[in-house]
Parts: sequence; C-alpha cells; structure tokens
Amino acid sequence: MVSLINEAFKKAKYANRPALLTYTVAGDNTKKKSLDILKAISTHADICELGFPHNTPIADGGQIQTSAYRAIKNGIKINDVFGIAKEFKFSKKTTPIILMGYYNMIYQYDENKFLKKCKSSKIDGLIVVDLPYPENKSFSKKCKRKGINFIQLVSPTTSNIRLKKIIKDSHDMIYYISMLSTTGGKLKVSPKKILENYFKIKNQNKSKNVVIGFGITEKTIKSLKKADGLVVGSAICKEISKSIKNGQNAVTNVTNVVKRLKNKIK
Amino acid sequence: MKLKKGIPLIDQHDQSGFWGGKFGGSFIPETLKKPVEDLTEEFKKLRKNKNFIKKRDHYFKNYIGSPTSFVKLENLSDHLGGAQIWAKVVSEANGGAHKIYNATVHALLCKAMGKKYIVGDTGAGYAGKMLSMAAKKFGLKCKIFMGAKDIKRQKPNCDAMKKNGAEIVPVYSGSQTLVDAVSECMRYWVSNCDDTHMCVGSTVGPNIFVKICGWSTAQISRELKLQLKSEFNKIPKKIKLINCVGGGSSAYGFWSEFIDFDKKQIELIGVEAGGPKKSKLHAAPLSRNAKIGVLHGAASYVCQDKEGQINKTESISAGLDYPGVSPIHCFLKDTKRARYTYATDEEALNAHVMVTKFENLNPSLEPSHAFAEAIKIAPKLSKDTIIIVNSCGDAKKDRDILKERLGNN
Repeated sequence: MVSLINEAFKKAKYANRPALLTYTVAGDNTKKKSLDILKAISTHADICELGFPHNTPIADGGQIQTSAYRAIKNGIKINDVFGIAKEFKFSKKTTPIILMGYYNMIYQYDENKFLKKCKSSKIDGLIVVDLPYPENKSFSKKCKRKGINFIQLVSPTTSNIRLKKIIKDSHDMIYYISMLSTTGGKLKVSPKKILENYFKIKNQNKSKNVVIGFGITEKTIKSLKKADGLVVGSAICKEISKSIKNGQNAVTNVTNVVKRLKNKIK
Repeated sequence: MKLKKGIPLIDQHDQSGFWGGKFGGSFIPETLKKPVEDLTEEFKKLRKNKNFIKKRDHYFKNYIGSPTSFVKLENLSDHLGGAQIWAKVVSEANGGAHKIYNATVHALLCKAMGKKYIVGDTGAGYAGKMLSMAAKKFGLKCKIFMGAKDIKRQKPNCDAMKKNGAEIVPVYSGSQTLVDAVSECMRYWVSNCDDTHMCVGSTVGPNIFVKICGWSTAQISRELKLQLKSEFNKIPKKIKLINCVGGGSSAYGFWSEFIDFDKKQIELIGVEAGGPKKSKLHAAPLSRNAKIGVLHGAASYVCQDKEGQINKTESISAGLDYPGVSPIHCFLKDTKRARYTYATDEEALNAHVMVTKFENLNPSLEPSHAFAEAIKIAPKLSKDTIIIVNSCGDAKKDRDILKERLGNN
C-alpha cells in the first residue's frame, strides 16, 4: 500500500526542500473554522497534523494549551475531530493527515475502535505524546496492521541504545524533539547542534523520514532546512489567538504565516 | 488480581510498572524517559545502601522528629460511646504534616544525583512548604507550582514557602488547583530535566514517584506498629485504620506495615473528599466509581468525562482536591483489601469542630474527613475495637477557611 506520508516526503525531496508540517488543534476556535484553516494551509503545507485537544496536556506550552482549551470550551468532541479530518480528506485526497494527542483520549475511546475510526476517516498517521517506547509497542503494531503510521518521538535525552530500538520499531516517520522543552518554547539550542543530533538519527537508517519540531518559527525555520521535514505548531496557534483577539480573519492570517514559512525553505 | 505477602506494596508492580496489571505505569513524554530511568536506577541503588538509610533515619529522627505520638482520644471516645478512638498525630512532624517525609527523601535523592534545583507541586501547600524546608536545609534552589485558587485559600503555607526562599509559581490554567499545578510542574520538568529534580507531592505520577513517596511515608506505619505493641503488648484483634485519601500518600504510609494482616483484624478505610453536600462535584474517584484513565503519567481511577477529559473537582480541602488517586490505592480497592468511602465538606467541618472541642488536637481539613468517618462508625462498634485516625496535618493552614465557614472561634 502506498504511504501518503512517504509520498509527501518524496515530493519535497524532489523539490530539494524539507517537507513542511503544520499543527493545528481541531475545533480551534470552531469546528468549521478549524476545517477552513486546515484546507487553506494545506495549499502550502505538505503534511497536516491535527491535534485532538485534551484538558490536561503535560507536554504542551502556552500557545497550544490556549488553542486546546479554546476548542474544548467550544464543545469539540473526539467524533468531531474525526469528522473534520474526514471532510478535509474528501477535498484533499493526497495530503496526509496525522492526528496528535494524549493517550487517555484513545484509551477511553478504546484502542481498536479508535483505529477503526481513523481508518474510515482516512487518517494517515498518529502521534501519541505520552505513550513512549516500549509502552507503545502493542499499539504501534495495531496501527501498522491498519496501515496507519505510528510516529515515534525521539528527544535529546534519548540514549543511543534506546534510539536504535526506537528506529527499528518506527514506521515511515520519526519526530525529533529539538530541545528539552514543551511545545512552543524558545529555541535554546543552536541549529548546528540540533542538526548534529538530527543526523545521528538520520544516519542510522536513511530510509526513515526524520522531522524536527519544537521551537520552529519564521525566524528559525531556515536554519534547519537540511532536515527531511520541519514541524510548526505553536507559531500557528499563536497566530490564531492573535487573529481572534484582533477580530481579524484567522484563515487568511494563518495561511499567510504558512506561506511565508514555506518560502523560507524553498 | 492478588496482593502478595511479605513484599512492600510499592514493589508489587510488573516490569512495565503496573500494579495488578493495569494501575500505574509510566505514561510520559519521550524527553522524560531518561531522567525517570536515571531516578529509578538511583533510587534502586540508594534504598539498599546502608549509609543512605542511616542518613534518612538520622534526618527522620533529628530533623522531622520521629516518632510522632500515638494517643487515645479519651473524651471523644467517651462522648461517642462504642469503639476506642486513637490518633497517630503525624501533624507533630516538623512543618506540620506527613509531606515532610517525601520532601526530605527527594531532597536527599536530588543531592545524591548532583542536581542543584528541585521543583514540586502542591495543593494544600504542605507538600510545597515541606519541599521548601527540605530544599533550604540541604542547600537546593526550589520552585513550587501551585494553583492560583489554592494560593488564595492556603495563605499561611504560601508565606512559609516564601520565607524558606522558595519561588511560588502560580498556575492559572484549568481549575487553578492541584491538578493544574502537577501538569505545570511536569511541563517545567520536561524543559529543565537536565539540571533539575522533580518531586511529585504524593503517591501519584509515573511509577517511580509512587514508589519513592510510599517508601518515604511508610515511616508512619513502622512507628505505629511499635507503638501498638508497646501500648497493648501485642497487635490488638480489632483495629480500623482510617485515613483521608487525596493522592493517597499519608494513607499508604499509615497502612503499609499492616497490609499483610487479615482484614478482619485490621481494616483499612480510606476517606475521600465528597465535596459540598449539594454539589455534584467531588474528588472521590475510588468511592464514587470513576473509570480508569491516564492522568499525570499513570493509570488510575480518574474523575473524567466519557471522552477522557479530566473533570473539575471540588472540595473544601485543597489537599484532597485532585481528580486522580494513587495506583496503589486502586490496587487495594480492586483486591478489596481496603474500603473507600467519602465525607462531604460539611461532614469534615463538623468533625473538625467536634475533635477540637473534645481534644487537644487541631486536625486540618484533610484528616477531618477521616475523623468524620470515625465519628460515624465508632458508636456502632464494640468497646474492644480500636479505631486509629491518622491526623496527618495541622489546621493552622486552614485558618482563613475555618474562619469563613465557622465564624470566629
């Protein structure tokens, strides 16, 4: 089966640039608005990550927390998240979509039911922030059987032995967390150092697509363009908050941010 | 699901860190894997190290003031009739609550690992106050995360933290109580785990934190076992050990030596926060049948909605105002070794009033929940039944709430 995620990376590589991955929270600030944003930014983004918001997010910084609380307050439910994804895929058949969130939501939905629903909504991948290796072994196997990419996370604290095992167990994409931080932190490590660590991972198995995330903004994105892919989340959520506050059109503003990000890595 | 005998409950988990196959574990972001593994190794090593044990016992005795006393509440027993009511006055410990045991051990671990900064969460403010004391004692820089609502309602403890040189970081997200403080503290640790040690204030969180905290508070029941023998010449035939349960650190510490006993001889009763009588909100996941969920890195019974969003809780007692509970209490519940119930805000307040009226004891709102259950059941029990309540905190911190709810007395 063709992996849309793999295809997206291939396409970017062909254009001699990293893939651009965006992260937005489903339902931020309404179901319709978040779908509109998703559709609009996917013109420039290669892969879209869609967060299913949780009210006790232990690894997210202020910007994404704000987006998540806003979406929950506006009544977003997990089935709405699937609904948004499904509708998105209906119009953007080849853009991969990755759901991202915390394990309790999956646990309450039931792992098997959740994956079935992912399949029918045409979800391409999953990131579960608080389900690390090896705890995620059985779930990631289930994902593989369903043809859904389970995306392993790797951080600067991951030991070499652990890294080898994680890469061995990974599917098409690996997510490297650039620094010790929650999402949206200020980049406190030099791009050179981040890329050094990045290549340690990449060189273990060149067939895996490795992306870098955390702390990536319009200012920092260019310095990391050697990576297979770069994820921008908090900077986008921040733009949504700003637009709402100023009574401006979030769809236009966010699309412009993503467009600028893309231009920086072309 | 079965309890094993002769092995401390904190060690009865499987390789993945689950008690009874489903409670606990370590649901943590990748970044925390390494520091959690390092801490696990260090603790495994140190708890077998004679010098470390010697050091711990030295500080428990000379700094915390072990043993805390074990007294009969004659007047209260006479007034209620029925069972004899006793109290283990853990609030005599330095700082005024059991939280000092865990804080001291974490400070020692932090030192041993060569980290200079220590951070912790707090609800009632006792965990924070004690951590700030221990940090000061051992020369560590300390940051305490506390919900903005709790900062307001537990001012005396906040004053103490500041006096000890700790920085209080107010948390404004969510319900602005303990649950948000723990989340924010974990987030801080994610960003600073290279030079900072995290202390989780109760027997909750990723597996290793449950173990360290339980290992620390177990001192309470070690003392009680000796005190029972010296008071009664042997362990009496009918005992009920009543303890409040928020995260469950004092209850585990109070019970750990007695879990192997037959429950007909020693019954373990945990009392959760039932919240205001007229409110639907509470903080009683065990006694009000919450579903299993994952919160703050561990699976336990959690007050949550169908989707897995964590519910708001409400309790007059900040220390019990938490939607989750220790995995080891979930295990004790499912194996039916302990019985869990709840007391409402009003019942806890009434119990506080009654205890302070009859006895020279000033239990905080947390153990007042346990006293409420003791007061409820004592009259129905025989004279040879020994009820022991862990009076694990002092009500000085509740000054403002008590004044508001009871007027000037």
